[in-house]
Amino acid sequence: MEILIESLPRFIGATWLTLQITALSVFIGFCMALPLSVLRVSRSPLLSWPVYAFTFYFRGTPLLVQIFLIYYGSGQFVAQLEAVGLWYFFQNPWFCAVLALTLNTAAYSTEIFRGGIQGVPFGEIEAARACGMSGALLYRRIILPRALRVVWPAYTNEVIFLLQASSLVSIITVMDITGVAGEIATRSFAFYEVYLFAAALYIVIVYGVLWVFRRIESRLNTHLQAEAL
Amino acid sequence: MSRFDLHGYGPLLLEGARLTVYVGVCAMALAVLLGLIGMWCKFSPSPLVRFVVDTYTTVVRGVPELVLILLVYYGVPTFIQDVSAHFGRNIYIALDPFTAGVATIGFIYGAFATEVFRGARLAVPKGQIEAARACGMSGPLTFRRILLPQMMRFALPGLGNVWMILIKATALISVIQLPELMRSADIAARNTRKPFTFFFAASLIYLAITIISNIVQHWAERRAARGLRRA
Repeated sequence: MEILIESLPRFIGATWLTLQITALSVFIGFCMALPLSVLRVSRSPLLSWPVYAFTFYFRGTPLLVQIFLIYYGSGQFVAQLEAVGLWYFFQNPWFCAVLALTLNTAAYSTEIFRGGIQGVPFGEIEAARACGMSGALLYRRIILPRALRVVWPAYTNEVIFLLQASSLVSIITVMDITGVAGEIATRSFAFYEVYLFAAALYIVIVYGVLWVFRRIESRLNTHLQAEAL
Repeated sequence: MSRFDLHGYGPLLLEGARLTVYVGVCAMALAVLLGLIGMWCKFSPSPLVRFVVDTYTTVVRGVPELVLILLVYYGVPTFIQDVSAHFGRNIYIALDPFTAGVATIGFIYGAFATEVFRGARLAVPKGQIEAARACGMSGPLTFRRILLPQMMRFALPGLGNVWMILIKATALISVIQLPELMRSADIAARNTRKPFTFFFAASLIYLAITIISNIVQHWAERRAARGLRRA
């Protein structure tokens, strides 16, 4: 018990790091997934196939392999990466962790958004077309807002998954919650106390994030609630 | 071609892949068993039983797999040791990575399977159960003859998803040194100093497992729906 109280400041720092890595990956992944999902539903196979290959690879392989491929695998291309000045980034485990998590969540989110885009009733698109909207305007005003509302619960699950998956970065020496717990546990031999504490910490964060996303969901659907009254 | 020379480590990778599938199948069997028990508890009239199973699904789904694996593998033996020391005994139990891995992964995905079965159970019309009862079938017989076959049709897509996530989660057992696919790739990568080659090869094997699973799932779903009339 004293060990836990002693190491509380380290856990606070680690919690911040876990949240930071997750939030950054979710944000960049979201920004990547929106255009990618639009390309994914494109009628041109030249546009949709590369995106499908990307999502298929990143959804079909374990995140741990992806992290190792980027962090350790880049070591096989030191000369080439140095030549283009990128080796500095790939040496850094924090960078590799964020890169792997971002690509992973981008792949899953792309497929989630694709489902949403395809789920938009065709009448709405026709109506927008009849109003003279097309292309980017149609997507921005009608399809994407509508799709986002439909997929929000599924997207919430993806964010929760990513938050938990961020624990894997501890394997490449990033000191997130799991990383700090592992270090303290091996030093103090208080394995179950420390890991139970880490587990409790994750539960609090997970259900906290879940609560925030539910709030956003009800915000997104305010117009529907008003109708129900 | 030289970049994809496996330096004689190909058989090690395949052996790892075999163990990955084996661990996955054992964990999935455990998860399905726990899922069925969990589902049964979710519909229990006793609030205590329902509370226990709700806690199980809530807690397990809120904790990362990696933390649970480390907790079970390192925490359980020390916990038993501490408790037994408290009673003046000295019991030391070392968990082997296989048991710890299968138990933890099965335990985690049992929570997901519980939710899948709960949904499937709710999808079976109530009249079916009433009719079975009216025919004089007992509880277990109704479950085996009426409920389970119809539930499976609704549960299969969900179970397929659980399997897909589960087989990828088995890669995490490599951190407790079980020589499955990920660990084998790691060993080969260290010995040959060709990490990209081996992790990429491993990722392709995982991809192959995913593709095969997809095909099997598609076949199973069609088979489960064979009694369905189509317009």
